[in-house]
Amino acid sequence: MTFDLFVIPFFGGLLFMIIVLFLKYSRWIAMMDASDRVKAGMAFFSASLPVTIREIFWESLLHRRMFKKNPLLGFMHMSFALGWLLLILMGNLESRIYSGGHINPPYYPIFLKFFIHDKRVLPFEIFTLPGFFRFTMDLLLLFVLSGLGLALFKRARSKWFGLKRTTRHNSFDKWAIISLWLIFPLRLLAESFTAGIYQGGGFLTNSLGHIFAAFLPLKYLVYPSWWAYSSMLGIFFITLPWSRFMHIPTEIVLIFLRNAGIEQGKYPGSFSQIELRACPRCGVCIDVCQMNEAGLTGSSAVYLIRSLREKQAGVFLHSNCMMCGRCLEACPVGIDTLGLRVGARGVDNRQIEADFTYLAKQPVPATKADVVYFAGCMGHLTPGVKNAMIKIFERAGIDFNFLDEDGSICCGRPLKLAGMQTAASKLITENTKAILGTKAKILVTSCPICYKIFNTDYNLNGMQVMHHSVYIDTLVKEGKIVLEPAAFRAVYHDPCELGRGSGIYEQPRNVLKQIAEVADVAQDRENSLCCGGSIGDLAMSAVQRNIIRDGALSILCESNPDMLVTACPLCKKTLDTGNGLIVKDIAEIVADRMTVSIKQTVSRSLAGQMSV
Amino acid sequence: MERKSINFGYAIVQDRQIDFDANKHEICRAVAVAEPTLNLCISCGTCAATCSAGLFTDFSLRKVILLLKRGETEGLLKEVSKCMLCGKCQLVCPRNVSTRNLVIQISKALINGKP
Repeated sequence: MTFDLFVIPFFGGLLFMIIVLFLKYSRWIAMMDASDRVKAGMAFFSASLPVTIREIFWESLLHRRMFKKNPLLGFMHMSFALGWLLLILMGNLESRIYSGGHINPPYYPIFLKFFIHDKRVLPFEIFTLPGFFRFTMDLLLLFVLSGLGLALFKRARSKWFGLKRTTRHNSFDKWAIISLWLIFPLRLLAESFTAGIYQGGGFLTNSLGHIFAAFLPLKYLVYPSWWAYSSMLGIFFITLPWSRFMHIPTEIVLIFLRNAGIEQGKYPGSFSQIELRACPRCGVCIDVCQMNEAGLTGSSAVYLIRSLREKQAGVFLHSNCMMCGRCLEACPVGIDTLGLRVGARGVDNRQIEADFTYLAKQPVPATKADVVYFAGCMGHLTPGVKNAMIKIFERAGIDFNFLDEDGSICCGRPLKLAGMQTAASKLITENTKAILGTKAKILVTSCPICYKIFNTDYNLNGMQVMHHSVYIDTLVKEGKIVLEPAAFRAVYHDPCELGRGSGIYEQPRNVLKQIAEVADVAQDRENSLCCGGSIGDLAMSAVQRNIIRDGALSILCESNPDMLVTACPLCKKTLDTGNGLIVKDIAEIVADRMTVSIKQTVSRSLAGQMSV
Repeated sequence: MERKSINFGYAIVQDRQIDFDANKHEICRAVAVAEPTLNLCISCGTCAATCSAGLFTDFSLRKVILLLKRGETEGLLKEVSKCMLCGKCQLVCPRNVSTRNLVIQISKALINGKP
């Protein structure tokens, strides 16, 4: 007997899912740019394939990033993913014992215990081939069921899993998850009932079968239980393409495309469509989002992504975000949450046009110097920063050109974050003209917002872009400025655009350590908090911003430091509440604590002798 | 307009009436719904004083808001399109008006007739 009517729900569901997935993926492949399609095709034969396979194994199966977040959470996800895959693989191998090594129809291994009652093996015999498989299959089922137990427990005590808040699922996802949860208990029941009648189960199913046989009329229950198991699989497969479980196949596709070097590109393109479906709605991004503190709980990345996928995203969802990148850092799937949000904003603001023709009159700087300094809009709002930089340049004896001495053109990053890429490009063109006109080798900027976009969107013909903290670090290392230590304790605040945005964490700390004692902050570097002043947000009120700022300040000031140091004029302005805490930019501290270096003293005294 | 007389840096502005019948108020109302902090504005002009765009052209957010509130929305879209969204005005505003979103919402309201 190799067929029974009850396999139809499973088999039909599986076929339906495969057809739907095939159609969906074909459409996205057709939507791709031709160059991206070539890249994807080449990736099958390039060195990125082993990397992709490795990443799929570590992330999609073992869920390594989930383990890093929380071991229980990681185990829960791993038991479902790895456990289920091994059940399928081992089941397939086991079924071949009984078919003389031939490949069987897909339903046959899944329902093997219905078709085959192997009475030759004893319940706990594990050293023969059939016995080994029987034991392993029961063990794997137990593995998956342990994950299910954890999933149920997580509903009651999410804090044990490192999650304060979990995703609020819609009703469709609730149905999908119930079908997933029921699959494995129903499999256990069906196999146990069968083992209770015919023997031939493993350590788990056989024992349970004996217990059930004692008080249940198994011969009436066994057939319906197989029907129920098959139906639940069918429901799960049919709902999968529209539920959160679409992430199971799509995450693999995303990893492949990402390693093939394909970028998000224009929204809504095929890559972003795949990203939207690769989101498992695990909810790791919810807790890290500081918008919760201000009572804005509904705009976290997970909800934005779900709404974009269901084409229901409103202004509230995409505009309420500081673009600090904490969700991006936390996402176990590595979805570019910021890029998707900017894309959604772009669709919303697509009609708005900018007119910057007035900028053409801007004078191009004439003087030539190796270094050009760009204070940026925010640098001009906090003149202490730009004045400090001028003092540092002069003390180090650097010949520099102050590009925006009389006020700047915006760098374009605020427009870009608002989704207005075309308008941003106009500013980028104007600024590029001005920057290249200086013929400098190094562009130093005080604003991490400008720094970020200079690196990502500007083509400066190989001109080196440096944030002032990095530049100061270089000056100190070259001995062009010498710093004098002082007796105070400082904490350093990582600006979002400089830290998570550009990966600069150590240089400002190196400089600060030469002057002051630097105390640790509980949430620093990649986990640094946003100051609340971000130009990434479009909708928050000043009151909500202040709540976020105060939350960040309380973490930063846990060790009661004498001074709060940062490297961003906007962070400095935001964090300086006037409550007595001294807030300074790294450039200001350096300008205060510079002494004349030995080299300079020597050269000056030599110059003195010459003149005599 | 060239004046033949000596220029002391002053100009004579024509006496004018605000015509509430002719002007469109629904745009202003729509913007105030989309960005309620519009109502906080006292037209102090701090935004215009710090404006990056104001450095290169006669763009003034204060003027934009005044014209919007009067309902004189003709040519306003062209005016507001000069904004670079840099956010300096938002940081200096003594009334905490969300100026960046205000600019976006004014543009949207003018384009769509409603936000």
